[in-house]
Amino acid sequence: MAESEYVIEMLHITKEFPGIKANDDITLQLRRGEIHALLGENGAGKSTLMSVLFGLYQPEQGVIKKNGEVVKINDPNDANDLNIGMVHQHFKLVECFTVLDNIILGVEPCHAGFLQKKQAREKVIALSEKYGLRVDPDARVEDISVGMQQRTEILKMLYRDNEILIFDEPTAVLTPQEIDELMQIMKNLAAEGKSILFISHKLAEIMAVADRCTVLRKGKYIGTVNTNETTMEELSAMMVGRQVSFKVDKEDRAPGEVVLDVQHLTVPSKLHKNNAVKDVSLQVRRGEIVCLAGIEGNGQTEFVYALTGLERQSAGTITLCGNDISKASIRQRSKDGMSHIPEDRHKHGLVLDFTLEQNMVLQRYWQPQFQKGGFIKFDAVREYSDKLIEQYDVRSGQGSVTVARSMSGGNQQKAIVAREIDKEPELLVAVQPTRGLDVGAIEYIHKQLVAQRDENKAVLLVSLELDEVMNVSDRILVMYDGEIVGEFDPRQVTVEELGLYMAGAKRM
Amino acid sequence: MKKKQSLLASDGFVSLLSSIICILIGLVVGFVVLLLLGGEKAYSDGFKQILLGGFYMMPSGIGKEIVTAAPLIMCGLSVAFAFKTGLFNIGAAGQYTLGAFGGLIFAILLHAPWYVCLLMATVFGAVWGALPGIFKAFLNVNEVITSIMFNWIGLYGCNTIMYGRGSGAMYNAKQSKTFPVTGDSLIPSKIFGWDMAETFSYKSCTIAIFLAIIVAVILYIVLNKTTFGYELKACGNNRNAAKYAGINERRNVILSMVIAGALAGFGAGLYYLSGAAQWIPGDSTALPSEGFDGISVALLASSNPIGAIFSALFISHITTGGGFMNASMFPPEIADIISGIIIYLCAFSLLFRSMFRNLLSGSRKDKVRKKQTPQVTDTPANGPAAADGKESE
Amino acid sequence: MLLMLKYALMSATVLMLVALGGCFSEHSGVINLALEGIMVIGGLMGILILNLLPPDMLPVWKVVLSIAAAAVSGIVYSALLAFSAINLKADQTIGGTALNLLSTAIAMVVAKRFNGSQSAKLSYDNTPFMFQIGGLTVNVFLFISIALLIASIIVLYKTRFGLRLQACGEHPQAADSVGINVYKMRWSGVLISGFLAGIGGFAYIVPAVQVWNFEVGVAGMGFLSLAVMIFGQWKPGRIALAAIFFAIFKSLANIYDSISWLNALHLTKELYNMMPFAASMIILAFTSKRSRAPKAEGIPYDKGQR
Repeated sequence: MAESEYVIEMLHITKEFPGIKANDDITLQLRRGEIHALLGENGAGKSTLMSVLFGLYQPEQGVIKKNGEVVKINDPNDANDLNIGMVHQHFKLVECFTVLDNIILGVEPCHAGFLQKKQAREKVIALSEKYGLRVDPDARVEDISVGMQQRTEILKMLYRDNEILIFDEPTAVLTPQEIDELMQIMKNLAAEGKSILFISHKLAEIMAVADRCTVLRKGKYIGTVNTNETTMEELSAMMVGRQVSFKVDKEDRAPGEVVLDVQHLTVPSKLHKNNAVKDVSLQVRRGEIVCLAGIEGNGQTEFVYALTGLERQSAGTITLCGNDISKASIRQRSKDGMSHIPEDRHKHGLVLDFTLEQNMVLQRYWQPQFQKGGFIKFDAVREYSDKLIEQYDVRSGQGSVTVARSMSGGNQQKAIVAREIDKEPELLVAVQPTRGLDVGAIEYIHKQLVAQRDENKAVLLVSLELDEVMNVSDRILVMYDGEIVGEFDPRQVTVEELGLYMAGAKRM
Repeated sequence: MKKKQSLLASDGFVSLLSSIICILIGLVVGFVVLLLLGGEKAYSDGFKQILLGGFYMMPSGIGKEIVTAAPLIMCGLSVAFAFKTGLFNIGAAGQYTLGAFGGLIFAILLHAPWYVCLLMATVFGAVWGALPGIFKAFLNVNEVITSIMFNWIGLYGCNTIMYGRGSGAMYNAKQSKTFPVTGDSLIPSKIFGWDMAETFSYKSCTIAIFLAIIVAVILYIVLNKTTFGYELKACGNNRNAAKYAGINERRNVILSMVIAGALAGFGAGLYYLSGAAQWIPGDSTALPSEGFDGISVALLASSNPIGAIFSALFISHITTGGGFMNASMFPPEIADIISGIIIYLCAFSLLFRSMFRNLLSGSRKDKVRKKQTPQVTDTPANGPAAADGKESE
Repeated sequence: MLLMLKYALMSATVLMLVALGGCFSEHSGVINLALEGIMVIGGLMGILILNLLPPDMLPVWKVVLSIAAAAVSGIVYSALLAFSAINLKADQTIGGTALNLLSTAIAMVVAKRFNGSQSAKLSYDNTPFMFQIGGLTVNVFLFISIALLIASIIVLYKTRFGLRLQACGEHPQAADSVGINVYKMRWSGVLISGFLAGIGGFAYIVPAVQVWNFEVGVAGMGFLSLAVMIFGQWKPGRIALAAIFFAIFKSLANIYDSISWLNALHLTKELYNMMPFAASMIILAFTSKRSRAPKAEGIPYDKGQR
């Protein structure tokens, strides 16, 4: 039998979840010894595809072949047996263990149950020299840099003699120098015959290191190209698509006075030792929607946390309507006119075991309108909640008394939007307000944002969706690696251009 | 049809059902133990008494059951109240001890009127509850381990003072107990001209039970009708959302523990100021069981204050009944075994609950779940489940 | 001084054994609040077997068999915790509390039944357990605990089992991703803690006196052991030191009246009894910020959620 050109093939994979095709007829073929990039926006289906490869999901259609032979992967152990290894975006390392212990965990060399670390250490040192992976086998993982932790993960795969190495957005947490190092390591690995699948949405990195690139968009297979025959512009176009799915009606408006003024905001990261937000300054004025665009994990979340008071900044000032709120409590910020549609509606936005009406007054229950002498005015709450439900068309099984947990995601989000907008804020901070919603709900929420702007309120929209960014905003700020790298007028910029900034290929 | 379904699937009904199952299994285990110990006499000399409880010996049995129930209601409320804020108050026993101590000082030494004594019992308990709350809020030490330590510190501390090397001012060396509470310091047994002690021919049967019920009702109102209760429940259900809504989480943690402590202290006051028993300072290595029974009471009631009245009556019922068993054959602690089994089962009653809920509410819920799956897959499939879990603590 | 050493060694033995038990359970990811209860059950079964063995049996066999009974009963009882915490993913704190309450009730019922009376006091002969070294009275548990301490250090740090066990308590998803069965390792951790706490309970009761009243259970020693474990930062070597530290505090209660300057302070026995608890509270307050607790302890592991 002739040896197959491809070491792993995923052919015509279709994976459906109720209501959505996460993977729709996707084909991915990995050659032996190549670096193959998998490119796509958030929600394009990359993660689902990898989950299929690791046996976490079973596809409805399609087959997986290893060296030309069909294989069945039922769980991650099967994938391990096929010599497929993965460096997860969030490392799977035991922090208080040494590098060596982490590498051998699960495949420990043993004699009568006793660890034989000496042999293991020799093998690890040999591997690290061979591939240029600098690590100190005896250092504790919690004490070493993120880059070295990643090299530990790579060594974990090599120690198990994995042939197919998958890197899931490996550069997200690295410094530029570490990224350069990683690129070199990946090239070394490929040169030694390992096959690498590199999941990313950073175009420059893909161009620098990958041989070929497969692009996914909204669960569909767009194409596979050789990187030396393409340009970043072309890749960007493939990634984001040209068609705009829906338009938002809005008229031009001249923005008014400054409502939000952020100066030199710096926020430390919880994931790594760098700052997540680095010296960011921005302003939002009355009657404009400013969109903070960017790919997930570039500091937007931390920026919003500091802005809304959920976390403390390490430096910088925030001024809202002339009041310095840099150190104000969350409640105070709310009183001063800030509304916040949070990124994670289950974590922050709702108390899921409360009823809808209880959630509707989450930000306002203490106001005289809803309480007297500490007693909640249930009639007022019900009346208010019914009004919001009616006005914002929030649908639920039993109206105001529905438990929030039992509502659909779209209606949960509508409830939050209703609550935050009806507070009549001066500034509305909306973070990914349409995440995971269907077209109808998205359209509705976009209309509400524009209506706020038309009422001369300031809106700060944080979004990962380029369609949303282009259609809703009056001004676009692109955030990359904790910094604002570009400012645009949506009428004068193309999606492709934006994509270049978001992926760090260009900056102002 | 839809309405009926929602009634059956309502939280209250599902909780009640799972509590009943816990009780039934507990009783069955108790019966098996009795069978092992006493063979054919298991029912007539043992199980019958447990089932009948106070009714086995009318009317004093009822009196005893009522007297025992009052502190149990309070300890149950104490644990339940902390649960609502997401805290596990295993320290009710220590707070109860302090409450007894505070109440008895004012009753025995100062002969203060009963309501003053009761108030002091409450204050002492509150202080003892505040300590773990402060540790939790400011040092982030788990309230369970601090509560346990403060239980023992409280017990040894109070005993030392009351015993006073055998010559403590409150200590009656002849009986190895504290002096009995007398006169105005005793909680009255007459209410609107009805003498409960006489009716039940049980001396210490006082209006304590009504005070406990009143507190339960007040607590129900606080939790369900006030903004304070709203905040506490928001903290307990979703700390992140509470923070997002501008609720001061630290303050609520401490307040909630203060109130939990006050409730347990009040319970001790009700018991000892009714003259139901004297404190035995020499018994220095056993924490009062009411504090731990309070956990059963709260769990059985699903932390509902009104429910706590009934679950406390139930626990009191089987404990009282346990006392009527043929003691030479069946030790009364069999009632404690039943209570222990019930807590053990309650620990995974969430499992029962979700089981029932799914059974009763059909597939409606599943659909919602599934609809959200695509978002979940959006994050890396092998995502940071552990990290998330830790964060929410 | 010898007297103090005797009491300190006695308490240190118990605290160390039980804290090591807690250490194994927590390293696997399960908070074992039931240590107190497991001690009661271990002590109860040990004494029952000791009493049931024929009086003319060789003393050494009495020692071996009764200790084995304590250990086995501890294992069996801890299985109840493992089942609820691991398989049913129940709240570990509530489960542990239930087992503590249950244990006292069981011990009272069994002891009373055994006596055929309404007294929960069991008497026994502890002479086979005691040795004289010079003028110092020591008991067999001292040697057992030293052996088990060494064994614990080896198992935790030198074997494959120990490495995998700790991985399950720190990062079960990582352990699972390299093919380790998290449920199995957690079961092992809890059962080992049952083994150690069972022996620990027996070691607490037997050498001290010739009669034990099960109404008092083991008087908070299990909880104190938890504090020892925390103070020992979940490391066997440090746990041994912490146990000695706490034991010295605890022994003061037994000997204060024979040491003149302590006696002159006019503190009562209860206050000395309280001291270790108060000390543990102070230590917890200061060490909470740099706790080395296993990261995933207390969180049920759900294979579906990785």
